[in-house]
Amino acid sequence: MASNKKYWKNEAELNPDDSIVEALRQNEFVEQIPVDDFLGDKETLSTTNTNRRDFLKYVGFSTAAASLAACEGPVIKSIPYVVLPENIVPGVANFYATTIANGYDFASILIKTREGRPIKVENNTIAKVGGAANARIQGSILSLYDSTRLQGPMANGEPIEWDVLNATIKAKMEELKGSSKKIALMTQTYASPSTDRLLGELLVANENVVHVTYDAISEDAALTAFENKYGQRALVDYDFEKASLIVSFGADFIADWQGGGYDAGYSRGRVPKNGKMSRHVQLEANMSLTGANADKRIAMKPSAQKVVLAKLYGKLNGSSVGGNSSEYDAAVDTLAAEIKKAGSSAVVVTGLDDVNAQAVVLAINEMLGSKAFDVTAPKYTRKGDVKAVNGLIADMKAGRVGALIMDGVNPLYSLPNASDFKEGLEKVDLSVAFSTNWNDTTEAVEYVAASNHYLESWGDTQIKKGHYSLMQPTIKELFDTKQFQTVALEWLGSNQTYYDYIKQTWAASILNGANWNQALQDGVFSADTMSVDAEGNTQDIVASANAAEASAIVPIASAIRSLANTTSDGMELTLYSKIGMGDGQQASNPWLQEFPDPISRVSWDNYVTISKSDAIELGVENVNVANGGMDGSYVKLTVNGVSLDQVPVVVQPGQAKGSVGLSFGYGKKVGLKEDMQTGVNAFLLYDGFSANQSVSIEKVTGNHEFACMQLHKTLMGRGDIIKETTLEIFNTKNHSEWNEVPMVSLDHQEVPATSVDLWDSFDRSIGHHFNMSIDLNSCTGCGSCVIACHAENNVPVVGKAEVRKSRDMHWLRIDRYYSSEETFEQDNTKKDEFDGLTGDKGSLSGFGELEDPSSNPQVAFQPVMCQHCNHAPCETVCPVAATSHGRQGQNQMAYNRCVGTRYCANNCPYKVRRFNWFLYNNNDEFDFHMNNDLGKMVLNPDVNVRSRGVIEKCSMCIQKTQKTILDAKRDGRVIEDGEFHTACSSACSSGAIVFGDINDEKSEIAELKESDRMYHLLEHVGTKPNVFYHVKVRNTNEA
Amino acid sequence: MKKVPYRNQFSKILGFTLIAFLLFTGSVQSQDDVTSESASIEAAAGGGDAINGKALFNQNCAACHALNRKMTGPALANVASRLEEEEGLGKEWLYSWINNSSGMIKSGDAYANKIYAEYNQAAMTAFPTLSNGDIDDILAYTAAAPAAAPTAAVGTVESSANSAGNLSGVSNEIILAALVLVFGLLVVMLLLVNKTLQRIAAASGIVVEKEKAEKRTPIWKAFAKNQFLVLLTTIFLLLGSAYFAYGWMMQVGVDQGYAPIQPIHYSHKIHAGDNKIECKYCHSSARVSKHSGIPSLNVCMNCHKSIYEYTGNPEGPSKEDIENGYTNEFYTGEIKKLYKAVGWDEENQKYTGESQPVEWVRIHNLPDFAYFNHSQHVSVAGIECQTCHGPVEEMEIMYQYSPLTMGWCIDCHRETNVKVEGNAYYEKIHAELSKKYGVDNLTAAQLGGLECGKCHY
Repeated sequence: MASNKKYWKNEAELNPDDSIVEALRQNEFVEQIPVDDFLGDKETLSTTNTNRRDFLKYVGFSTAAASLAACEGPVIKSIPYVVLPENIVPGVANFYATTIANGYDFASILIKTREGRPIKVENNTIAKVGGAANARIQGSILSLYDSTRLQGPMANGEPIEWDVLNATIKAKMEELKGSSKKIALMTQTYASPSTDRLLGELLVANENVVHVTYDAISEDAALTAFENKYGQRALVDYDFEKASLIVSFGADFIADWQGGGYDAGYSRGRVPKNGKMSRHVQLEANMSLTGANADKRIAMKPSAQKVVLAKLYGKLNGSSVGGNSSEYDAAVDTLAAEIKKAGSSAVVVTGLDDVNAQAVVLAINEMLGSKAFDVTAPKYTRKGDVKAVNGLIADMKAGRVGALIMDGVNPLYSLPNASDFKEGLEKVDLSVAFSTNWNDTTEAVEYVAASNHYLESWGDTQIKKGHYSLMQPTIKELFDTKQFQTVALEWLGSNQTYYDYIKQTWAASILNGANWNQALQDGVFSADTMSVDAEGNTQDIVASANAAEASAIVPIASAIRSLANTTSDGMELTLYSKIGMGDGQQASNPWLQEFPDPISRVSWDNYVTISKSDAIELGVENVNVANGGMDGSYVKLTVNGVSLDQVPVVVQPGQAKGSVGLSFGYGKKVGLKEDMQTGVNAFLLYDGFSANQSVSIEKVTGNHEFACMQLHKTLMGRGDIIKETTLEIFNTKNHSEWNEVPMVSLDHQEVPATSVDLWDSFDRSIGHHFNMSIDLNSCTGCGSCVIACHAENNVPVVGKAEVRKSRDMHWLRIDRYYSSEETFEQDNTKKDEFDGLTGDKGSLSGFGELEDPSSNPQVAFQPVMCQHCNHAPCETVCPVAATSHGRQGQNQMAYNRCVGTRYCANNCPYKVRRFNWFLYNNNDEFDFHMNNDLGKMVLNPDVNVRSRGVIEKCSMCIQKTQKTILDAKRDGRVIEDGEFHTACSSACSSGAIVFGDINDEKSEIAELKESDRMYHLLEHVGTKPNVFYHVKVRNTNEA
Repeated sequence: MKKVPYRNQFSKILGFTLIAFLLFTGSVQSQDDVTSESASIEAAAGGGDAINGKALFNQNCAACHALNRKMTGPALANVASRLEEEEGLGKEWLYSWINNSSGMIKSGDAYANKIYAEYNQAAMTAFPTLSNGDIDDILAYTAAAPAAAPTAAVGTVESSANSAGNLSGVSNEIILAALVLVFGLLVVMLLLVNKTLQRIAAASGIVVEKEKAEKRTPIWKAFAKNQFLVLLTTIFLLLGSAYFAYGWMMQVGVDQGYAPIQPIHYSHKIHAGDNKIECKYCHSSARVSKHSGIPSLNVCMNCHKSIYEYTGNPEGPSKEDIENGYTNEFYTGEIKKLYKAVGWDEENQKYTGESQPVEWVRIHNLPDFAYFNHSQHVSVAGIECQTCHGPVEEMEIMYQYSPLTMGWCIDCHRETNVKVEGNAYYEKIHAELSKKYGVDNLTAAQLGGLECGKCHY
């Protein structure tokens, strides 16, 4: 049947005079194809001797030659030591205790070294304080091998010798002696007894030296409040394990609040024991990691938090506090009642950048006599003094500074008033910056002193009063670098090494006769004589507190007044730090860049978090596009006249209406590879060093492409993935009610899924049988396990573009789910009550609604790695038997056998298998650490580096279990419980991940497996995993 | 990649054996040469037993002293007479020096202090146990003129030892050769018989007529016509070539017999064979690590500080060695290479600090995706190094003895029993598993030694 229809190719054909249409009618292409360009001009082409046949000959020959050559193995050289260092046995790892103290992260850690090169960070389990490595600290090992590190001292961008640099500084110091100009030392927080002594000596030797401590992210409010009350610039230490009720006003204490390190204690209190667990109430603006773990979370703007805090104080104190009545008054009543009931077991903390708020919190805890509140042995991990920094900048601008020496700081990046600093810097005669990397500050100063990474340095810290730790180098300096303290000793004219100096300090004032070598081996030293010492100090502190209190009644009252009268003007911005990036010191670290934020699951970016209602008002949105990536609108943020022009937006469930959040640490440009220059610099909005700002926000054009790992936000009412219950039900009901075994139909009978099996089971009762337990109650979602897994297993970094295509390679991911209703329980009920397709309870619209998270949802984290199913769906479908099951329970993956059909990944119900789409090492397209010799030093020699085209996945760290077994065999002994570890279980300081042998009846893991809370992920599939989870219990008991 | 094949040494061995065999009968009479040499030492010594002195010297002094060469301590040839002549010091001085050198230094003896200063202030170990008589013996030995190497006798003695050693080893080859000879003789005989018969036939007038060949189709045409046969042959040829192609491809990357030339000619034969040094003395990390470890040069220097030249076995190099260039001078040259690499100044007996790490060519290369742990096999299983590395103690040039293929690993795991005795780790699992499998001894495979993940991760 003929048709007269005319088919239009495009709109232009409507216009009969269109030149393109005419051209297309004549030719196939609009433009002449530039054949000449790639064939060269005809003349050379015709005169050349190489004709087509020759070309084919060459190709043929070279192919044959290449394939012949490939048959001959390469000659591999093996170069032994000339003199083998005493402690090194090639192939055997050595562990050294050291400490990280980079001004932001302070922790006692162990470093695993192989043949003298550090390859992994482990927790120092004997440390009583700060023995846990977070994601950044786990990742810091890679920063040691950063190919963009400074390799030697420089003057005005040209390499110089240390002698020259030192002579210059010394001469300048001499010259300035007695002059009115200052020599300013602007440094990070050291919390180091020896460095403090050293700086003290420097101050004595040169009267005009001033020392200014600068923290990029300031805790000045908390420090000042503490100083006002207790007369010492320090931070209160909290032991959340002792608290039965935790009330937090915007304090992200699981992450980096006041130096962090609180997650372990918190988690221990969160596991129901004898029917009891702590209750956690969080009042905050941003959805923080801490808020996500709370039993009750009230989203409110910072200004409202202040008012509520003041009112709470009033309620607890029995005094009446004025201020505007607000929607939160009822909440305050409940909260006050709860706190009163808990009494000394309650603790209140705040992350508000406000001296008044901090002072009120101190007063409340003091009033409660909170057991979790420790002022006698405070923490020293933040010392930054905003007043001093501002004073220094003023001095610099006034030309009163003759020399400025900086260590561990990057003020030109991290100061909100960086332009003032720059102006002042130009008036300083001599400027020196000690830095490991080229950055904004090193670019501006005259002399750059390339400093050591902490793994190349000596040092000591006092994280908490009476708890000392030592930093020892685990590798010789990779480059021509020196640490600040070594150089400072030279300025003093001392020829002592810093090591000797530390030893001297410790012998004189710390060790008190204890063994130095033992302290160095342990990495930590807690003064036994603390009690005597502390008593004296306690009395001091209490005395000063009492003295202060008498006079403090008035200040507290005024603090309350000013808090209560806080008014809100428009949108409020809360600046925060991400657990992956912190203050941005490690922005050149690809592991940390690719680490997904635990809440938003976005990697390689920072962004404005905004509530859904505000987003609708502003007309900004997130959309998931066809290629599986997430896009977001841009907004412009303005604080006090300073603007960030293009900030991408993430619509964040749980964000308080009228507030937005933005994280520090991104937007670095100078000294970074292009791939690492991600995000925007939030420090520009850090006006007056306050994280809480009022902000104006407007939509701008354009769409931002995010690399988000998890686009799906809710559980859709599938309560069997993350099982939850409340403490009340947990305590009163039988576990079959709150931890139901899924039922399946067999012969038209409903039977428990665990009783049905397609396969005959193997006997696994002999030998080891490894299981892993993940307690959803103690898992905070912090993600240090993710980075630990990266480091242990040589997991490649794939870059932003690949992550956006869902090609991330993380062997271990932490899924985050929001509830669609207020609680997950309500989601489940809603789904169960679906009735028919349409209508009020219709599943068509109902499922659509379930996809949307609530405005203040419950949040749950779930670490998921290969579940090592005993009846693994992946194993049965592999055409080449590349994946198979070991009798120790591990689902094994032989990379060399894999041909890359990806059938296993398709058949895996947990989606934990990762495919190497490209060669991620020695590939310029993926210019991360595996593309340079330096970065490759971090690779674990016991684990393969995978090639293109193979599947990889969690191996349950078989290299570690094999090592443990071999050690036992060699010693001829039985393996004790607690010897088996995986990278994630040993990185987990909160004790959420436990690993062990269930055939050892007395082991912890066997006991955990018998727990009522135990369940398997997707139990109804019948995969019989070797990883099991523990039902999350929420403490919803109000008052 | 240069390979020195080791297999075709059979022919050489055969050749040498024959030569040695021929020489054997004539070499017996040279055995008494050694005794005549020692007699001459005794004669030269005068007071003291030089033979006993030599033993004492080797036992007590040789670690630091040589006769004609400075080592940690001074050269000692004719030490007594030299001291007498140059310093005017008698034997009494030597007695007290040897018995208590540090005491003499403390007492302020001028010459003692001079020597002490000259040799890096390294005090000589005191030998209070040596009696004056012993010292006399030692001095007698040092005074004896170093005997000229009995070169004349060497060749024959060496070869006699050689042939004695080889006789049992190569008997198979001799039998084979004899068989070949017999077969050759048979063929010759057959030909002769044939010829004789023909001659007889000719003589008796019988004409041996060749059968007249009928006109037949040539065999290849018949073959081509028979399609079934062609098909069969083609299939056979294809299968055959596939078999050989497979065989060839399976040896790609298998470097069995790989014997690269090393920067220093290190002879395992001399160290592990002649001197019977335990493998794990040098490859110490094999006990505790996945790597056996190429010994660092400081390990070499433990011995080579005092072993500065190669003297071989007392009889000198064999003819074969000389043919290969393995002379004493050659080996001594290799020791000098070591000194250069480690930065050892022989003259002053000091390290210069200028070292050049030796770039050995790695012989055993497992692919990266295979995990192998030496300590598991050496310490836990107690397997002899030779099981995988072959007769290293006989290897002049180290070569890869085993194919190091997965099949080779697996075969061994299937056959080898796990060494469970006295190892508490295995007690429970072995008791349970052996009961389950109904065997007395479990093999590595039965314990899970064939699982992919045990070696590939």
